[in-house]
Amino acid sequence: MPDYILLRHRQIPDLDRLEVYMQHGGFEAFKKAVTTMKPEEVVEEVFQSGLRGRGGAGFPTGLKWRFIDKNNTPRYVVANADESEPGTFKDREIMEGNPYQFFEGVMICAYAVGADTAYNYMRGEFWELAHVLDDKLAALEEAGLLGDDLFGTGFSLRIHNHLGAGAYICGEETALLESLEGKLGQPRLRPPFPPSFGLYGKPTIVNNVETLANVPPIIEKGWQWYKSIGTDRSPGPKVFSLSGNVEKPGNYELPLGSTFRELIFEHGGGIPGGKNIKGIMPAGASSAIIVADEEALDTPMDYESVQNVGSLLGSASIIVIDDSVSMDWLVKKTLHFFKHESCGKCTPCREGTYWMTHLIDRIEAGMAGPDQVDLLNTVAQNIEGKCLCALGEFAIQAVMTGIQRFPEDWAQPEPVAAD
Amino acid sequence: MTNTVTLTIDDLQVTVPAGTLVVDAAKRIGIDIPVFCYHPKMEPVGMCRMCLVEVGRPQIDRETRQPVLDEHGSPVVQFGGKLETGCTVQVSEGMVVRGVTEKVQAGRNEILEFILTSHPLDCPICDKGGECPLQNLTMAHGPGTSRFLYDDKIQLAKHVPLGELIYLDRERCIQCARCTRFQDEVVGDPVIGFFNRGRSLEIVTFSDPGFDSIWSGNTTDICTVGALTTADFRFGARPWELNAAASICNQCPVGCNLTFNTRREAVSGGNFVIKRAMPRQNEAVNEIWICDKGRFTSYHFSESEDRLTQPLVRVNGELVPAEWGEALDIAAEKLGAARGSLLALAGGRLSNEDLFNMKSLSDHLDGQAVLDTHVAGGELVAAYGLAPGSNLGDLGPGDAVLVIACDLEQEAPLWWLRVKQAAERGATVVVANPRLTKLDRSASHHISYTYGQEISALERLPEAFTKARDRVVFFGAEGLGLAGSARLAKALAELVSGFERTGMPNNGLVAVHPHPNDQGAWELGFRPAADLAAAFSAAGAAYLAGSDPLGDGLVSEADLDGLDCLVVQDLFLTETAARADVVLPAQAYVERDGSYTSGERRVQRFFSAVPEPAGTRPDFTITAQIAMRLDLELESRIAPRAFANLAAACPPYQGLTYVKLARVEEQFPIVGRGDMYYGGTTYENSQGLGVQLPLQEGVVNAWDAPAVQETVAGLSAVPITRLYDRGALASRSRTLAPRLDEVQVVLHPKDAAALDLSSGRKAAIHLNGGSGMEVEVALDPGIPQGYALVPRSMGVPVHRPVGASLRALEGELAA
Amino acid sequence: MNQLQQKYGPEIKKILAKYPADQKRSAVMPLLYVAQREKMFISKQDMDEIAQVLDLKATEVASIVGFYTLYHDQKEGSSRIQICTDLPCALRGADLFAEELCEQLGIRLGGTTADGKVTVEGVMCLAACDKAPMFQLQNGSGIYYHENQTVDQALELVDSLRNGS
Ligand SMILES: Cc1cc2nc3c(=O)[nH]c(=O)nc-3n(C[C@H](O)[C@H](O)[C@H](O)COP(=O)(O)O)c2cc1C
Ligand code: SF4
Ligand code: FES
Repeated sequence: MPDYILLRHRQIPDLDRLEVYMQHGGFEAFKKAVTTMKPEEVVEEVFQSGLRGRGGAGFPTGLKWRFIDKNNTPRYVVANADESEPGTFKDREIMEGNPYQFFEGVMICAYAVGADTAYNYMRGEFWELAHVLDDKLAALEEAGLLGDDLFGTGFSLRIHNHLGAGAYICGEETALLESLEGKLGQPRLRPPFPPSFGLYGKPTIVNNVETLANVPPIIEKGWQWYKSIGTDRSPGPKVFSLSGNVEKPGNYELPLGSTFRELIFEHGGGIPGGKNIKGIMPAGASSAIIVADEEALDTPMDYESVQNVGSLLGSASIIVIDDSVSMDWLVKKTLHFFKHESCGKCTPCREGTYWMTHLIDRIEAGMAGPDQVDLLNTVAQNIEGKCLCALGEFAIQAVMTGIQRFPEDWAQPEPVAAD
Repeated sequence: MTNTVTLTIDDLQVTVPAGTLVVDAAKRIGIDIPVFCYHPKMEPVGMCRMCLVEVGRPQIDRETRQPVLDEHGSPVVQFGGKLETGCTVQVSEGMVVRGVTEKVQAGRNEILEFILTSHPLDCPICDKGGECPLQNLTMAHGPGTSRFLYDDKIQLAKHVPLGELIYLDRERCIQCARCTRFQDEVVGDPVIGFFNRGRSLEIVTFSDPGFDSIWSGNTTDICTVGALTTADFRFGARPWELNAAASICNQCPVGCNLTFNTRREAVSGGNFVIKRAMPRQNEAVNEIWICDKGRFTSYHFSESEDRLTQPLVRVNGELVPAEWGEALDIAAEKLGAARGSLLALAGGRLSNEDLFNMKSLSDHLDGQAVLDTHVAGGELVAAYGLAPGSNLGDLGPGDAVLVIACDLEQEAPLWWLRVKQAAERGATVVVANPRLTKLDRSASHHISYTYGQEISALERLPEAFTKARDRVVFFGAEGLGLAGSARLAKALAELVSGFERTGMPNNGLVAVHPHPNDQGAWELGFRPAADLAAAFSAAGAAYLAGSDPLGDGLVSEADLDGLDCLVVQDLFLTETAARADVVLPAQAYVERDGSYTSGERRVQRFFSAVPEPAGTRPDFTITAQIAMRLDLELESRIAPRAFANLAAACPPYQGLTYVKLARVEEQFPIVGRGDMYYGGTTYENSQGLGVQLPLQEGVVNAWDAPAVQETVAGLSAVPITRLYDRGALASRSRTLAPRLDEVQVVLHPKDAAALDLSSGRKAAIHLNGGSGMEVEVALDPGIPQGYALVPRSMGVPVHRPVGASLRALEGELAA
Repeated sequence: MNQLQQKYGPEIKKILAKYPADQKRSAVMPLLYVAQREKMFISKQDMDEIAQVLDLKATEVASIVGFYTLYHDQKEGSSRIQICTDLPCALRGADLFAEELCEQLGIRLGGTTADGKVTVEGVMCLAACDKAPMFQLQNGSGIYYHENQTVDQALELVDSLRNGS
């Protein structure tokens, strides 16, 4: 097995202890950055590496860092540890098993963009983990790795954990910032984007936990090394969260561009109970559902290829669906999720998710005619392209692809004449 | 000059300032882009998604950074795949906006269908029906049939009181957040908010009392549906039955423009009655807002049961009804007899026309024309006030505002709002006051002093003020009597006269008077009396209009004993009127035409909204009818003529006519005009923006501060001003009644502790060793020790600093 | 000083120190957790007091309570068993698990045991999809994950919660 880059705790016991992490080269990259590199050089290194955001959108991380407004202070770094997409549980494992690598990434980012304060916004459910991480941060302060005048360079940095309280929408970066400001977690209008107008209106970099965990190895080993992993346009390692109807669910660290087949059958042990694979949701509940035919299974899991088969890689939370699952049931599950999580700020998502759950409930219960399936599809189409943030778009993916790509699951009984 | 941008909207070219939003640019050329959440007075939020448009932008060559041209030499315009929200997109050069394509229409129809899925469609019983943005836009974009099953609708509470003034219908709310954003963003009172999320979002208030803001009524104007209605108007009438009469609020010196909505009602014998007061747009005065006192107090008093409707004369010690002719004869005879010793005392709610006639009569009889007020300096404002062309809305970076001895939000709410906004635009705001007031939130500097030390506080003005470009100074009389107020005004006039840009627009002095037309009274020659009691004692006869010195505790019964005759003209049988020899029933301002001069010296007209109660006459008419009997010719019937006489005789008003006051010009944002979806139900101003008076050269008839000592040893009771007082008009508002403040005295916690008093406790206050009056104790650690703050017009007559003692009343600990 | 400050003064100070002095509002969520600790719900008085500490209006604090699902404005079970019944867990039997547990306890999903001690509810994905069936236990002291659960294990936990251990 090749060496892990992100899930290194699986090879190194007790990596969550500072001294162990230090013994294995911990904070060398941070020290290198702060003591030997200019902030711009750090940004360039990350830019050249081709690292793309692991939170879902796949936006080039170095480019985001370049956008930081240098004429405004203070600046902030905010780690997105809201991890709430159904089927996603990778950031949690990184923070539990390899927390210092993640923090080191936060610290390098802060140095690169000139931030002296960083927040780690975690979903409220990570309450136990947050308390563990509080101790980790205290250990870092004690070790002189966080605080004032680090390495005698004048660079100062503090990191604080902040707990959300149960709202998927707070994973959306501007809703997250609102929430961190003590307001309702509702997305902001964009532009302006966080690098110019972020936390408290100040320049802010928001990055996913996994994204940040990629940074120390890049600084340590250089961008050329990093680019050699994965594909040209989607370089680097990725933690795939595998869940659903699969023998061995869990996180798997593989290079981007590995195929679905490799993940699901080689690593995940295939489909249990002698059933067949029917569909794949590559980006959690927000996915357009891929019909799991041979061609789909051989598709490399990188941002471009998954898009080519009519879906998105997103956060790479692969939910496997076997042939015992009917899509109307599945869509009912996703719709109830999105209805529950719609923040309510914009009309199509707020009203549309509500309307769709009423339709799907009747459809799934066999109490609606085919016209109601058409109406469900129409309502989804009417939401498309009109929402303030991506949640509304996410909500219709399973609906539209579930209906289009699995038509046999929607055969409705002729309506029974009521009397 | 700001940069401009030229773009095309639906084939029409328009040039607007850079930064303009597409919806506003469209509105300027008469193109309607439907909106719900967007409001031109608030930041865009892009929530409702109704304003969808197609937006094309010129394609730019990456190399040359020049627009790419097609074969005809015109720029190639690229349209994005998605519809965009016109309320959030700023215009850019060469932009092409399409609002009438099939794609756009379909998009808007779909959004409207979404909104209607959760709406109860109870328009037939909805107060907003007829002026409802949702109803109107449904006519334009709504589906003919509903694809949403009626059974799936959520049933929600329909009569939720958000406090005593505003009711919420939860079913009708479409979550546009205009109300919550108004409260937070515009007036800084986030006392209503969203609860829950998604489809369960609902408006709640957790303040005590509910919706605790003096601005709450405005939310009903900008509500896009009938979710928010006022306790005043709900179930009161249908909007299309209403007539509109332009008016001016008579509650404070700002002079907010109002429209009274009226209709005939069976209960009033088929007569017109006022159904509600609405704001009327005047971007230089109140923009499109009014405060709740204006909305709920400006007319109820006129409907009061206890209006006087017949003259009264004293016969054998009793007031008995009399004919007008008889009463006027007696009044004229007695007042005429007092030639040389007449005291003419006017209240600041009289119109310019009333005051002019009264002053003329007083002069004719060699009388003394006295204004009943506690704020001095009106004559200084005439010389150093705001010059024509002033608009607080123009203050911005580099400019400064000083507010001294005044709680601006409580005394003149709209000025507070305008100064707050100036601060948000970048102006420096300096507040000088012994305690913190709401304006301090917007202030960059607070100058603290002890009551009585106002003038020395001026030595501490920050550079940000002394070096500013345009400077406006507001002053009140917090903690001061008339003498103190006069001294402060004089010091401020000296300060202002030294401004580099004095005499230019937006530079000068504004007195925060207690009444709507106090400034008019000063301009027309009225002056306060240094010692009103002494003035009464010295007078042979007194002629009062709109003033109740006895009721207000300004004079005692004994002070009136020496008068040969007391003539009182009023709406009600006030305490003073009950002592009069002749009582003359006046008309309320909503029943007649007239004009006021605001604190910013803007002369504005009000129009008769409803017929007068039989037996009443306008003040100027009554005065003219007395004058006629004394061989003085004054206009008695027609307000514009009375005003013309005034303009001819009084220099500041020279050349003004009612016609000039009635002039309007295009204002932005556009409001009214049948499409309420944009600015709200605020009325468009088609009846006049008023005219600002030119500054007078030098101070005319300066009023010198009487030399009275205004400091006392020991605990000193000092007057402050509260908006929700218990004055003659506020106490007659049935809507506002539950909100009126308790009779309170505010103490420093340490003083209170020493007196064994705590917050909410009932106490007896004794002024100058007099008899005790019951008050409720409130605490404020921000006030100086040694003072008891007593709100004016609450029944405890503190008109200047006076010695006070307090003692707890037994067992009255409030809950 | 209000009751919350009297009780949790040092902790509140520590929380406030995390945020810029002029951005106290950021502390509203941590303070709500503090306020919820004892009763497992947030009362009007709590909201008023937090508002006082942070210079907010009570309504602003209430909005936060309403928006986020981990805050409760009503008294329910002093412990909450929140079973993830979202898609990935449901594909691995979470719905069945929830159903059985409720049946054994004689309550419906979302209901509270008769002694008022334990509320069982279905919740959205908890980022433990590979360890279904799973739930989190929320009580005053915090939130604890219980993963790869059987109904018997869950019942045992409920028992211990009801017996006050
Ligand atoms: C509805 C919604 C939920 C999201 N949830 C998360 C999340 O839980 N974690 C995350 O890192 N990014 C999430 N994102 C993406 C963030 O908005 C943002 O793109 C990301 O934090 C940027 O970091 P990255 O560039 O490192 O990926 C979500 C986006 C949306 C629209
Ligand atoms: S799409 Fe949904 S979650 Fe996003 S802003 Fe609109 S209502 Fe909120
Ligand atoms: S989104 Fe533009 S008006 Fe509401």
